[in-house]
Amino acid sequence: VRSLVFERNVARFAAARVASALGSGAGAGVGPLRLTETEAPDLPGGDWRRVMPVLSGICGSDLATLDGRSSRYFEEIVSFPFVPGHEIVGHLESGERVVIEPVLGCAARGIVPPCAACAEGRTGDCQQLAFGHLRPGLQTGFCADTGGGWSAAGLVAHESQIHAVPESMSDADAVTVEPTACAVHAVLSAGVRDGETVAVLGAGTLGLLSIAALAHLAATGRAEAPGSILAGARYEHQRRWAAELGATDALDPDQLPRAVRRRSRSLALGRPDTGAQRLTGGADVVLDCVGSSASIGQSLAMTRPGGRIVLVGMPGRVHVDLAPLWHRGVSLVGTYAYGVERVAGAAEPVRTFDLALEVAGALSTGRLVSATYPLERFEEAVAHAGSAGRRGAVKVAFDLRDAARPPRKERHP
Amino acid sequence: MSPRPGFVLEVDRSTPPTLFWHGERFTLERLPEGSRVIYAPEPLAPLEDPVAAIRHALTHPLGDSSPLPDLLRPGMKLTICFDDVSLPLPPMQAPDARQLVIEQVLDMAAGAGVDDVVLVAALALHRRMTEAELRHALGDRVYDAFAPHGLLTQHDAEDPDNLIFLGQTAHGEDVEINKRAATSDLLVYVNINLVAMDGGHKSVATGLASYRSLRHHHNPATMRHSRSFMDAPASELHSANWRMGRLIAESGVRVFQIETTLNTDTFPSNFAFLQRREWEWSLRDRATYAAASAALDRTPARVARQIFHAIRSPHALRSVHAGEVEAVHAATTADVWEQQGVVVEGQTDILTMGLPYICPYNVNSIMNPILVACLGLGYFFNLYRGKPLVRQGGVLILHHPTPWEFHPGHHPSYIDFFEQVLSQTTDPGVMSEQYEQSFATDPWYVHLYRTGHAYHGVHPFYMWYWCAHALEHLGRVIIVGGDPRAVRRMGFSPASTMADALEMAADVVGPSPTLTHLHTPPIMMADVQ
Repeated sequence: VRSLVFERNVARFAAARVASALGSGAGAGVGPLRLTETEAPDLPGGDWRRVMPVLSGICGSDLATLDGRSSRYFEEIVSFPFVPGHEIVGHLESGERVVIEPVLGCAARGIVPPCAACAEGRTGDCQQLAFGHLRPGLQTGFCADTGGGWSAAGLVAHESQIHAVPESMSDADAVTVEPTACAVHAVLSAGVRDGETVAVLGAGTLGLLSIAALAHLAATGRAEAPGSILAGARYEHQRRWAAELGATDALDPDQLPRAVRRRSRSLALGRPDTGAQRLTGGADVVLDCVGSSASIGQSLAMTRPGGRIVLVGMPGRVHVDLAPLWHRGVSLVGTYAYGVERVAGAAEPVRTFDLALEVAGALSTGRLVSATYPLERFEEAVAHAGSAGRRGAVKVAFDLRDAARPPRKERHP
Repeated sequence: MSPRPGFVLEVDRSTPPTLFWHGERFTLERLPEGSRVIYAPEPLAPLEDPVAAIRHALTHPLGDSSPLPDLLRPGMKLTICFDDVSLPLPPMQAPDARQLVIEQVLDMAAGAGVDDVVLVAALALHRRMTEAELRHALGDRVYDAFAPHGLLTQHDAEDPDNLIFLGQTAHGEDVEINKRAATSDLLVYVNINLVAMDGGHKSVATGLASYRSLRHHHNPATMRHSRSFMDAPASELHSANWRMGRLIAESGVRVFQIETTLNTDTFPSNFAFLQRREWEWSLRDRATYAAASAALDRTPARVARQIFHAIRSPHALRSVHAGEVEAVHAATTADVWEQQGVVVEGQTDILTMGLPYICPYNVNSIMNPILVACLGLGYFFNLYRGKPLVRQGGVLILHHPTPWEFHPGHHPSYIDFFEQVLSQTTDPGVMSEQYEQSFATDPWYVHLYRTGHAYHGVHPFYMWYWCAHALEHLGRVIIVGGDPRAVRRMGFSPASTMADALEMAADVVGPSPTLTHLHTPPIMMADVQ
């Protein structure tokens, strides 16, 4: 049965990195990702289940890995070879439809007692990602023992990772639950208060879902309501989505600081005709859903003194002038994955995935799935995902519904 | 040979192609047979001795006013206010009419022993003038005598220390104007009446006002009921200004109004073909047109803009009147109509215009899309008396490149208006309710207006409101050769050629429509019968 497998291969890493200079996703064909015959992984224990993926998304972190642009920070918490794919909707052997919470925390690793974070349900903060009875791997899709979503052979998931999907929810909605959980966790980490101005920089999947999460959680009284959500989106279709999902204003990223300035009634420093102005005030919260040097720099230039920047998009090595961070007392907050959240109206912490299932269902976030591909066309799929914005797309996913059948010859457009 | 009046040509098979302005370019378009082309009257004879005429006007005032020398005395406080860089268009060759008039006023003031004299550029919410612009308007002698001593000022509508509230009109309109001017023993206002809209009570009530005052007439409702701005009795904009002007007078502010009119000699000799009728073009005109067009086609837009903005118009002073505001303005308006009026029989289905590189708000600057709309729908559309040139539900076709480009120093709030307001609504009423206040009171725009050379934060709204009557009246607006994204952002339709535009227009007005082309500049005003 065919799977996409990512192997440790220095030459192919280098080739992918070179090819990615042509554009994200361009190196899929020459990089360490191979379509190959595999067997289903063994069940690591009695509390594990087999999952046959139906749809599995291609995430920004997947693209960074395939392009050889991922930070070396992750080397010790990944094990090779692995089957990528951590945005997964699939079926258990019982036929039940589920989504997978991919973080491989203490429970999945059989570590007793769990670390302090896992004990509180904050699995995203697990301190033992390289330990226990599994080989290292921060998530399903980066661990040699669990398999991943880009496989017709299936994967294995610990009971703690499994969330049932309501019958009314479409597969497309379900495959967006994992990134929606990231967005929910990010916006709740931001601690937005009533009336605050929130700028969202970047309107790929995470940016759009962050907007959706902000708007939905506020509308349902789970979180305080921002006064405005200003979205910086490079492409027209992204601006349309941003507005539809709840942004007050959706603009080109170059215009975002101007909108933030106006909304926050700030002054600006620097000549207006140089385009290099920075605001004296700014947004209360900036959600940086890009994670580049430029986006972090721009976030710093438009966050008010004492404001918060939340890094939602996965950054790598960046070069940023932190003088404004120091001078203006800005908090730069990282937010990864999910776990449990404290929300208004709930006495006990709520699992992030439960909130994400609610958001995805309420807003039909599956509308953001723009294209699906069979595994055999992985090079096209990855290239499409890498240039999603330019090509009018948002989320690209692998469709494994026909994967059990022998591959048919695709007519390429 | 005496100057010929305005003329309406009916296009036939022998009519040569018609010149259309296209920003910093121009082009020739062959209009359908039966179309009408309205040409401006030829320039009337200028005053033979402008200085003598000015002195005569100052000493023989109109209406209930004493001669200027009789109003001047030692120890008095005199403020001379003058129109800003938005007039005239294009800027006139030196000496500017303001310089000629102000020199005579100062001469009389000096003769009377007046030593407390301040000059004020009546900016309203326009950008501050640069030193070069002030020197051009006033001449070096006046500039050097006043500016170094801080006696040449520019009205600051955001300076609470130099504004005075004079009261409310019976219509509840707040009147707040420049304190120095209002508290002077005499306020002399020096006007250039390029079009019939200018001058009268509008000079002081608008030019020296604050946002608190201006919002009462610079709003969608007033603009929709100003039909047109060029016809004061039918203009609610003018009615409001007249109410305010009378309140200003009743408040004890003594205004001595000086209004000047110019002839329509608009372009220097190297661009003379621009104001000639095409069938009368000489060989030299044809050669100049061909050479200029070819050269401009190869010239980057930025350079072409510099070339055109360097044009100094040979406008000549045609009349000057002084004295009481309303009496002066009546005489001035009659002069303007004599120079610019053209009788036109009936309305048209389609009105076409070529928009030039300049409007009142982009002197030495960029004609951004909002200003394109304002020039076409606000100014040129309103160059009528009686009825609009184009019928209700008709189509307006503009020719302009409409670049998505803004001068960041002059028009900072325009950028945000275009990105953040027009992207949401093109309805003047909606934007007035939802966005105007936040732009008008934005501290950054206020800062740039007061300390830089930026138009006030609310100014782009006013530009859009100027379009309100046309937006309500027209069935469609088409821009030929414009940046499609910018054109669509404003709710208009882009067309790549005039032929395409006419086809699109036919969808609105039906087949075999009537078409009229307003061949301006030079400026004219249609008296639509």
